[in-house]
Amino acid sequence: MSDPVSALKNAAYNAGIAEISELGAVGMITLRGDLSAKVLQKAAVAAAGVNVPDQRQILTEGQGGMAWMSPDELLIMCAYEDANAKLADLQEKLAKTHALAVNVSDARAVFEVRGPDAREVMAKLAPVDLAPDQFTTGMFRRSRLAQVPTAFWMPQEDTFRLICFRSVAQYVFDVLCAAAQPGSEVEYF
Amino acid sequence: MLIVSCPCCGITAEETEFHAHGEAHITRHTVGSTDDQMETYLFMRKNPKGVHFERWRHQNGCGKWFHMARDTMTLEVFGTYSAQTYEPPEKLLAEIDAKRPGWRDTA
Repeated sequence: MSDPVSALKNAAYNAGIAEISELGAVGMITLRGDLSAKVLQKAAVAAAGVNVPDQRQILTEGQGGMAWMSPDELLIMCAYEDANAKLADLQEKLAKTHALAVNVSDARAVFEVRGPDAREVMAKLAPVDLAPDQFTTGMFRRSRLAQVPTAFWMPQEDTFRLICFRSVAQYVFDVLCAAAQPGSEVEYF
Repeated sequence: MLIVSCPCCGITAEETEFHAHGEAHITRHTVGSTDDQMETYLFMRKNPKGVHFERWRHQNGCGKWFHMARDTMTLEVFGTYSAQTYEPPEKLLAEIDAKRPGWRDTA
């Protein structure tokens, strides 16, 4: 089997007010269905290793995690090489349930924005209130970054992770670098 | 700029995260309807100065469709409600009645 290649081959930018890096291949499974169904919840928890997150929340544990995407959609994260096995397991458990599980690992790119000014970099690009008391760790927000849809969360203070479509990875990287260019601190937060 | 609350995921955001998809509560005339009904369904749209009901989608968010009542002149958003309905909820209509007396006469 060929080796997984991430969209930008772990490109990084460290010259600005925040460190931008592409995180390489991350396993991601989209799960759609009735989120209140016990069988779906059990299967999702088994695959992700964490509980089903509340509305607009994310729960992570090591490389695994689960994010609330919409009223009928969850995103399960795992190590890239585990995605197919977890998917097969999910599909077996959900064979008799109206649900859809798809491995979307290769359709996405994941970035990290790190540093004391990470909030400012993100706030320049997304129409989201990123004030420290409004957007906190554990929240998961689907929005847009400049012109493209993205979803992001804060695994810890001063660090954002964001997911976008692979086809716009270069755009997202470029726009993040532009927002993080040296001397561009706003010092709003 | 409109500030919109998505009834599906509960996020309140500005309008660029959403996308408008035209007038709401249109009757979809289909096989067996008259030419006039078909024309109305395809082409005839209200263009009120004031209260308007629209279909919107949380384009860059949860991706769900919903309905919104707003004022086309002041850009006030009266409220949003589920897409799975044929008409606006009574409670919302009552609120609009209070804010814009007589709007039904011109709607």
